Amino acid sequence: MDARIESKLGPVKNRTTVERTSDREVVVTRIINGPARIVFEAFSKAELLKRWWVPKSMGMTLLSCEVDARVGGTYRLEFDVGGPEPAAFFGTYVDVTPYSRLAWTNDEGGEGGSVTTVTFEEQSGKTLVVLRESYPSKEALDAAGTGAADAMVETFEQLDELLVTLGESSGQ
Amino acid sequence: MTTRLDTSFAALSDATRRGVLEQLGRADASITDLAEKFHMTLTGIKKHVGVLEQAGLVTTKKIGRVRTCQLGPRRLEAETAWLERYRQRWDERFDALDTVVQELTRKETSDGRKNRK
Repeated sequence: MDARIESKLGPVKNRTTVERTSDREVVVTRIINGPARIVFEAFSKAELLKRWWVPKSMGMTLLSCEVDARVGGTYRLEFDVGGPEPAAFFGTYVDVTPYSRLAWTNDEGGEGGSVTTVTFEEQSGKTLVVLRESYPSKEALDAAGTGAADAMVETFEQLDELLVTLGESSGQ
Repeated sequence: MTTRLDTSFAALSDATRRGVLEQLGRADASITDLAEKFHMTLTGIKKHVGVLEQAGLVTTKKIGRVRTCQLGPRRLEAETAWLERYRQRWDERFDALDTVVQELTRKETSDGRKNRK
């Protein structure tokens, strides 16, 4: 009963902030409405991770999701991005401290991939999530695009074509 | 502002164009230089430079037979656009996470109540 009323009103929408803290690092923060233990599990269990990591609005389909969240354990996510081959994202967990910290490498780009560190800090029933993406160099960060978001490129390309057409018709 | 950001997003959505901006951040370059650097035809690289020019990220000028490219007045906006795109991605993701976490939290609370009865 309570749940129905709550979902009707909709949950409180918290703000997501992003800051480029250095040439090589971007930090994302967000408060999630639930205890750190549950947020941590949502990050570290495959059956939960696959329910939110690729929201529908991203426009791609998660084909498989394997997660072994132990230090030295690996993860692998495969997406259908509309091409002949699925896009794969994979790496190794380098820090797994239950309910407070997770860190993994992003190895799909070969050498020079980023390391993602997430901390979970509970504050009166809610959890402050701080996600830090560290790249080995400024160039690597600039070139990174936004990881899985590169699947959006197709949409952007259509926009590009339009822009080029507009540019040509305005006599450039 | 939204339209201008959209134009910047579009311009930045391509790896070659991000590369061109990176390159021009180091030094001005001609279309021919860029074509060689990115292993592209002159026509191909001109299209990319055209998109960047349209977005105000790059300006070009022709001196004699050489067209030189340099970073445009909106290079700072490029950074903003990049970050905003990144933020939106995470915002969507965290919204979905919030939904899952709230559902699990509610489930746990109601299970707890049941167990106490």
